[in-house]
Amino acid sequence: MINKSYYNGSISVSDTTVPVVLDYLGYKDYLGAIMVRWGINRNNYRVNPGLYAVGKPNESSDVFVTANYKLTFDHVRKNLYGIDGWILVLDTKGVNVWCAAGKGTFSTNELVKRIRSVSLDKVVAHRRIILPQLGATGVAAHKVKEQTAFNVHYGPVRSSDIQKFVGNGYRADKEMRKVTFNLSDRVKLIPNDFMYGKYYLLGAMVILFLLSGLSGKGLSVADFSTNGLTAIVNVLFAYMSGIIMTPVLLPFIPARHFSIKGFYTGSMVYLILFVLDFTGDSLLENFSWFFIITAISSFLAMNFTGSSTYTSLSGVKKEMKFSLPLQIAFAALGVVLQVIGKLI
Amino acid sequence: MKELVYLSDVVTLELCEESCNGCGMCIKVCPHEVFELSGRKAHIVRRDYCMECGACALNCPQNSIKVNSGVGCAAGIINGILNNTEPSCGCSGSDSNCC
Ligand code: SF4
Ligand code: SF4
Repeated sequence: MINKSYYNGSISVSDTTVPVVLDYLGYKDYLGAIMVRWGINRNNYRVNPGLYAVGKPNESSDVFVTANYKLTFDHVRKNLYGIDGWILVLDTKGVNVWCAAGKGTFSTNELVKRIRSVSLDKVVAHRRIILPQLGATGVAAHKVKEQTAFNVHYGPVRSSDIQKFVGNGYRADKEMRKVTFNLSDRVKLIPNDFMYGKYYLLGAMVILFLLSGLSGKGLSVADFSTNGLTAIVNVLFAYMSGIIMTPVLLPFIPARHFSIKGFYTGSMVYLILFVLDFTGDSLLENFSWFFIITAISSFLAMNFTGSSTYTSLSGVKKEMKFSLPLQIAFAALGVVLQVIGKLI
Repeated sequence: MKELVYLSDVVTLELCEESCNGCGMCIKVCPHEVFELSGRKAHIVRRDYCMECGACALNCPQNSIKVNSGVGCAAGIINGILNNTEPSCGCSGSDSNCC
């Protein structure tokens, strides 16, 4: 069932009916936001594309364009609190503005099509539409103008600056235009990355758990119970090093390569586990765990490039060319040493 | 807090100042303040901060900017190698900075 708790009646303009939505969020919206961050029900978290109203807009009210990902839509209507305006929702397949613009669903074509399908030229008398700045990756303002006569004004990066932007005479100042990546931005991404890598985590745990039961006498149940738990703990810590520690400490870890950052945090985690006596008794076992933990941490940290807001494709390609072979070599070396360590 | 910057000297951004008409659009759309306007022309002033999003090139009415744009995402590049396609990112995580 689609959750329609944010509707607040409708108004008619020219010859169509436009749904009015609330300019604040209810508990269902907050609950949905938490679930979606953990990847639950993500694909159903959409709004129907089309025109919506907040407050009591008229023909001179502003038009704000956004994506049909419900989290995005919620941000916009919440930040239009107290304003009378129109919201034009593009069909971005339930993806946020930034990602949809990169993928080509938040695009010039979709915008032009949507402007025509809702007859925006009959709804408003002016020819001004406001797009989030990050939509510029998918939309060419001068082409929209050519095809529809509407002038695209790129608004602020964050919808929380919308009202300031409007008050400023539709000008985004430097701070509004800049993408940031501060602690709260990074922390919000952790649940999603955690869920993304869960199969890596399980796979690594299973392999190292099985290895832990290995000895010169073959597989033994006694070894599973003594070493198996430490193996699982070590892998879990390596995972958290890449998924949690690296993003949280990002600006404070030296090196620009994400994989090297992940290697550093992995090394720190290894040291902690070493002090706790989790990394085995022999030198060989210790080396083995060092390689395995840093490989896992470095690989997962490198994956965080996808969530970061300042990495370039060329840069990530260059980084991977150098790091991926090393990560694979470290992991392989770690496993081989582990086996040798058990058998001698 | 200090501003994060990725690797140096890797981005593919190019600007042809000759054809630029100084409209300032690239400055408006760039999320990392890569351009500056002076003498009625745009100039690249912070190249290493460019994330190759492509917004400037797409919105330049003079076609003065070229950049190999794409999502800088390791998982996407791995997917691309495995499936023999262009890098494509799941890109599900970047809610935080989006309107
Ligand atoms: S958008 Fe193009 S024409 Fe306009 S200032 Fe930038 S480079 Fe020059
Ligand atoms: S590609 Fe994006 S980040 Fe790079 S200069 Fe253009 S707008 Fe700025």
